[in-house]
Amino acid sequence: MVPPRSGTFEELAMPLFGQLYNFAHWLAQNREEAEDLVQETYVKALKGFGTFEPGTNFRAWMYRILRNTFLNSRSGKKAAQTVSLDEGEDGQVIAATTDSQTPEAILIDRNHQDLLQAALEELPLHFREVLLLCEVEEMSYQEIADTIAVPIGTVMSRLSRARAALRVSLQQKLRGT
Amino acid sequence: MACEPWQSQLDAYLDGELPSESMRALDAHLRTCPACTADALARVQLKRAIKTAGTRFTPSVEFRDQIQKKIAAKRPRMWSFGWAVAAALVILLMAGSLVRYFEKQNLRQQHLYSELADLHVSTLASTNPVDVVSSDRHTVKPWFQGKIPFTFNLPELQNTDFTLLGGRVTYLGQAPGAELIYQIRKHQISVFLFPEDLVGFGSRSSITRERSFNVETWTEDGLRYVMFGDAAPEDLRNLATLLKGAARS
Repeated sequence: MVPPRSGTFEELAMPLFGQLYNFAHWLAQNREEAEDLVQETYVKALKGFGTFEPGTNFRAWMYRILRNTFLNSRSGKKAAQTVSLDEGEDGQVIAATTDSQTPEAILIDRNHQDLLQAALEELPLHFREVLLLCEVEEMSYQEIADTIAVPIGTVMSRLSRARAALRVSLQQKLRGT
Repeated sequence: MACEPWQSQLDAYLDGELPSESMRALDAHLRTCPACTADALARVQLKRAIKTAGTRFTPSVEFRDQIQKKIAAKRPRMWSFGWAVAAALVILLMAGSLVRYFEKQNLRQQHLYSELADLHVSTLASTNPVDVVSSDRHTVKPWFQGKIPFTFNLPELQNTDFTLLGGRVTYLGQAPGAELIYQIRKHQISVFLFPEDLVGFGSRSSITRERSFNVETWTEDGLRYVMFGDAAPEDLRNLATLLKGAARS
C-alpha cells in the first residue's frame, strides 16, 4: 500500500481508525483500554502532526504512536516485561517446532478460529504485534521495522519465531480438544 | 536435509519480501519438491487464518464518532480563522477602495475649488466683472432666466453691510451656473450656484480656506452654493445665512 503523501490529519488518520482499534485491542486485550489507547493515540498524533514528515509512512507513524502509548501504559509495561523473558527461550521454541508436524492443515476448519485467536492472545507481546502487523495489516518488513523501531533483520527473525511459537501453541491446543 | 535452505526462505517468499532472483529460484524448486510445496501451502493457510482471526475487533460507532469529533474539533477553528482572514482581507480591500474613493473625491474637489478660485479671480480682474450690473435682486434674478437651467431667490440686503454688485453666467465642468458678486467693506465675494447633481462636491459645511480664499459651501433646494472671497469668515457666514434664508423663503 502506498502511504498517502499529503492531506489533513483527519483525512489521513480516519481511514486507519478501524485497523488501529483492532490492533489496540489486540495489544490491550480489552475494549475499554483499547479505546483509551486509540483516543490517546489520535490526540497525540494530532498534536504532533506538525512534526510528521509528509512523504514518509503515515501509517507506520500512527502505529508507532499507538504502540509507544501502549508500552508506556501500566498493562503495556507488564506485557513488555514478559517479552524480555520470552526472548531467551526462542531456541527452545524453534526446536520444539522443527520436528513436530505442521498443524496448519487443520486450521482450514472454521471451528478452529477460536483456538487460533486464543493462541494469538497468549503469544508474548513482541510476537503478537509482529504477526498482526505482517498478516493483518499486511505491512512490509520495512514498515514493521519503522513501526516497532527495530532493524529489518530483527523483524524477520522475530516473525519466524512468532510463527513457530504460534504453531507450537496451536498444536498443544489441538491436542487438548 | 537438502530442503532446509529453501524452507528458511519460505516465509519471506510468501510475505513477498524475497529479492526477485531468490524468488525465481525458489519458484523453480517448489515445482520439483512436493515436500516444500506442502510446507508452503501450510504456511499460506496459517497466514490466511491469522489474518481472519486477527481481524477481530471493531470499534463501536459511538467511539468512532467521538474520535472524529475530537480531531475534527480543530477544523471549525481553522475554518473560522480562515474566515477571519478572508473577512480581514475583504475589509482591507474595502477600506482600500474607500480610501481611494475618498482620495479621488478629494482630488476632484480640489480641482473644483481651484477652478472656482480661478473664476473668482478672473471675475475680480475683469474690466467687466459682471454681465448684469445691479444692486437690485429683482433685476439680477430675472436676468438669469433662460441663461441657466435653474432659478433661485436672493436675499434682501437692507440693513446689512453687503451690497450686490451684479451677476454673470459661468461654467464649471461644462455646466452653466450663476456667479453673484457681493461686496462687503471693499471685499468682494463670489457666490457660485450650480445644480447640485452636476457638481461633485463633498458635504462640507464649515468655512475652509482654499488657495488663501475663505470658502463656504452648502446645498439648498437642489442647488450647490459655493462662496469665495477674501472677506472674514464671519462675513461669509453672515452672507451664507442671508442666502439660505432667501432660498427657503
